[in-house]
Amino acid sequence: MEKDKNREKNDILDDVTTSEYKHGFVTEIETDIIPEGLDEDIIRLISQKKGEPEWLLDFRLRAFAYWKTMPMPQWAHLNIPEIDFQAISYYAAPKTKDAPKSLDEVDPEIIKTFDKLGIPLEERMHLAGVAVDAVMDSVSVRTTYREKLAELGVIFCSFNEAVKEYPDLVKKYLGSVVGYRDNFYAALNSAVFSDGSFVYIPKGVRCPMELSTYFRINAGGTGQFERTLIVADDESYVSYLEGCTAPMRDENQLHAAIVEIVVNDRAEVKYSTVQNWYPGDKEGKGGVYNFVTKRGICRESAKLSWTQVETGSAITWKYPSCILAGDNSIGEFYSVAVTNNYQQADTGTKMIHMGKNTRSTIVSKGISAGKSQNSYRGLVRVAPNADGARNYTQCDSLLLSAECGAHTFPYVDVKNKSAVVEHEATTSKINEEQIFYCNQRGIPTEEAVALIVNGYAKEVMNKLPMEFAVEAQKLLQVSLEGSVG
Amino acid sequence: MLQVKELRANIGDKEILKGVNLTVKPGEVHAIMGPNGSGKSTLSSVLAGNPVFTVTGGEVTFCGKDLLSLTPEDRSHEGLFLSFQYPVEIPGVSMVNFMRAAVNEQRKYRGEEPLSATDFLRIMREKREIVELDNKLASRSVNEGFSGGEKKRNEIFQMAMLQPKLSILDETDSGLDIDALRVVAGGVNKLKTDKNATIVITHYQRLLDYIAPDFVHVLYKGRIVKSGGPELALELEEKGYDWIKKELGE
Repeated sequence: MEKDKNREKNDILDDVTTSEYKHGFVTEIETDIIPEGLDEDIIRLISQKKGEPEWLLDFRLRAFAYWKTMPMPQWAHLNIPEIDFQAISYYAAPKTKDAPKSLDEVDPEIIKTFDKLGIPLEERMHLAGVAVDAVMDSVSVRTTYREKLAELGVIFCSFNEAVKEYPDLVKKYLGSVVGYRDNFYAALNSAVFSDGSFVYIPKGVRCPMELSTYFRINAGGTGQFERTLIVADDESYVSYLEGCTAPMRDENQLHAAIVEIVVNDRAEVKYSTVQNWYPGDKEGKGGVYNFVTKRGICRESAKLSWTQVETGSAITWKYPSCILAGDNSIGEFYSVAVTNNYQQADTGTKMIHMGKNTRSTIVSKGISAGKSQNSYRGLVRVAPNADGARNYTQCDSLLLSAECGAHTFPYVDVKNKSAVVEHEATTSKINEEQIFYCNQRGIPTEEAVALIVNGYAKEVMNKLPMEFAVEAQKLLQVSLEGSVG
Repeated sequence: MLQVKELRANIGDKEILKGVNLTVKPGEVHAIMGPNGSGKSTLSSVLAGNPVFTVTGGEVTFCGKDLLSLTPEDRSHEGLFLSFQYPVEIPGVSMVNFMRAAVNEQRKYRGEEPLSATDFLRIMREKREIVELDNKLASRSVNEGFSGGEKKRNEIFQMAMLQPKLSILDETDSGLDIDALRVVAGGVNKLKTDKNATIVITHYQRLLDYIAPDFVHVLYKGRIVKSGGPELALELEEKGYDWIKKELGE
């Protein structure tokens, strides 16, 4: 076990020193791409290809009509290049006709891709007790352990399947937390979303395994518009993991996902993300533009916990939020955001306190290296009726170079006198003395940085499920290769 | 074990070491004394490879290797240990993780398998008793919130873990009360064998009451100006450094 870990460590260093981006390869499988551009006909085509019901097409068209009236938002501390939304293909699906029933039916190239990524789709996953809804480009390729989950009444399937098999649930909750009018990218996603995951945990059920999805951009020049909907009914519990990697590309790739979570009375949802989209090269060329809207609503005494480790993407624009609608509900946000080279991140959370005695905790750890820009942006809002609301915010920045930037934009909007809102912030720098101290004890600089950074981020990393924590630690190390010295 | 010949080093444009000569053999304890600003700490930093200093001349052989061509971590792996005068704090990194990384890097360098968690923790428990550190040590961050005495004891603990061939103790006595001094010196003595060597850098005779040197050197203005046996330290204590300055005709 110990030996494996160490070997793994060395492998990572080798990989990193010999290649620019480990996951930078393209799988050669036939991809069904519709023409570039976006208009009503394209949306009708997407909907038709998926065999969607009329109400969903209507939803898409309404979103599209609204999106056309909106300007691209400019308020973030980001330098976003012009995006030509007509130069993007909005749908790509692996050419496998019908969803495969077993592993044998899955395109061997896809299996190889997952192997390269180190995603253990087969037995290892089973041993780890993880069910995977694997998304290759836009359509679900394979879903595991659904039957096992079905015995408990847990639904875990692709979004498209959910539309067909559980239309009432989808219709009831789709857009209920993130409406298509929410923001520019949410409107875009609502119009063109390709696929994603759907989870339903029935009343009183504690989901016995971590549910996990791996996303991956694959077809060149295509954007990815995932849509995830999680509904945890009264007194249920689920822990959901999302992780992603993307292959190396020269042109920029747009990613605008939506995650909606409904946490009903006394239910609890943990949502963990490790985000490792291609960040662009050392000169800032290429990389994924990641504009994500993630939000959950908590009913009475419900709890929603967001944990994210963000190391990838050229641009990250992401604010996983909690609407604490029910009395005594709890929202949490734990984040590590790493930026290196020319990466830009503007990320944080919104905690909207509406119910009485609602509590929220925000712990944000920014790590900036190279010439990158890393911003925390958070809003804590306490509504007039939210008696006894409490928030604790801690946001720390760690700087690894003289040319990077760390910024903090905490907004506080309190309309109730009984609220207690605390905010703490620190900025620190890894210094040469610390590195030399480690060196003197025999720990090389790269390892020392990893040790210090992982120590700094520990509070957040500890919130990740075990199997994710290991991956995330590796990612931190890999992302910061060569950033100190 | 260690041969230092005509070692010169700068910080920025300022020359600090102006031709240091020193030979240390296994089993020996050398004390380097001298007034403030004479270059004592610089000598220890340069030997350990601190990049703040630039070596401008001379050579250093350590166990048959050209020490100056090795990276700081490889100097450590070869068996050179520096007990820092001011150990840095590394928030968030627990002593157990830090020490485990250090020990396993050393083992890797030597082509040995990493220690299992059980073995590592057992060794850690044994070694911390040498300097009477309690078991809370493992979970505490490196030097964070440690008292002056704890920091120095922690240095000697790390020395015990890494089992160096040559230990350089840079003003290990500074800021220690008499009890802490006894614990630290006792730890150093317990680790002493006829195969390893120690260089004790100190301002005062006091530490040498506990760690008995075989040789005493006086470093002054970047050179070793006088060497002798243990009696030299006592003489310095009695007469002060002015006596040396006078001898040098200043």
